[in-house]
Amino acid sequence: MVKWTDFECATIQDIFSKIDYDVVGPAALSRCLIVYPWTQRYFGGFGNLYKAAAITSNPKVAAHGKVVIAGLEKAVKNMDDIKTTYKDLSVLHSEKLQVDPDNFNLLADCLTVVVAGQMGAAFTPEGHAAFQKFLAVVVASLRKQYN
Amino acid sequence: MTSLTAKDKDTVKAFWAKISPKAAAIGEDALSRMLVVYPQTKTYFSHWKDLSPGSAPVKKHGATVMGGVADAVAKIDNLTAGLLNLSELHAFTLRVDPANFKILAHNILVVLAITFPSDFSPEVHVAMDKFLAAVALALSEKYR
Repeated sequence: MVKWTDFECATIQDIFSKIDYDVVGPAALSRCLIVYPWTQRYFGGFGNLYKAAAITSNPKVAAHGKVVIAGLEKAVKNMDDIKTTYKDLSVLHSEKLQVDPDNFNLLADCLTVVVAGQMGAAFTPEGHAAFQKFLAVVVASLRKQYN
Repeated sequence: MTSLTAKDKDTVKAFWAKISPKAAAIGEDALSRMLVVYPQTKTYFSHWKDLSPGSAPVKKHGATVMGGVADAVAKIDNLTAGLLNLSELHAFTLRVDPANFKILAHNILVVLAITFPSDFSPEVHVAMDKFLAAVALALSEKYR
């Protein structure tokens, strides 16, 4: 069982209440596809991903970015048991989507960079640590059903 | 991984010119963050009295690290040769596990995103990420 301090709980709720989902989700996903281009392997049906500009303006990437952040919101709302909340998502990523789980860390890093850019100095080291812990739990939960 | 293209190097040099006036502050923030967000890195600094964000040793060392990065930008065309002394230092004296270079690099990128939100585009991000990875590789050169 993951133990969250009051500060960590409050920080995660606070960060997710402040960020614009419609901006952050698409920005994180497109940044991941640009900075780590091998992640494009999972998005063969998304059309033009040849250049950074194409990725940033690709409507399928944007739509999927929103799907990803909506998935994260489930974890934010169920911080006491992210593992169980994500059981089906983990099976989906493992068996149907067949995503190498190391990629989850790449997307997590890009999400951190985007959130940091949005929040500026309000993204303090302590808040950053709470966010990093949250993402680590999310990634571990998504890895859980892989075998 | 991959080597730096001419475009990568131009992007890094141009971005560095923009950010270098704030290099010391960036180093201080990145190092502070690393020690808080990845507490296992504190093990390398047990000789410091104060490891809290913005403390004197953290400030000083953040500036030192960014001095090294500045040097790397100047020697971007041959990082392995240019960073030989630093590599020996990290390999034989400091003996920092190279996995930590990646961690510090990530924290530098986060601080760049905070400090230069409009300039730190995905294109600049990928060039800087590749550059810091290349620096890490050059620093690991003398390890074994």
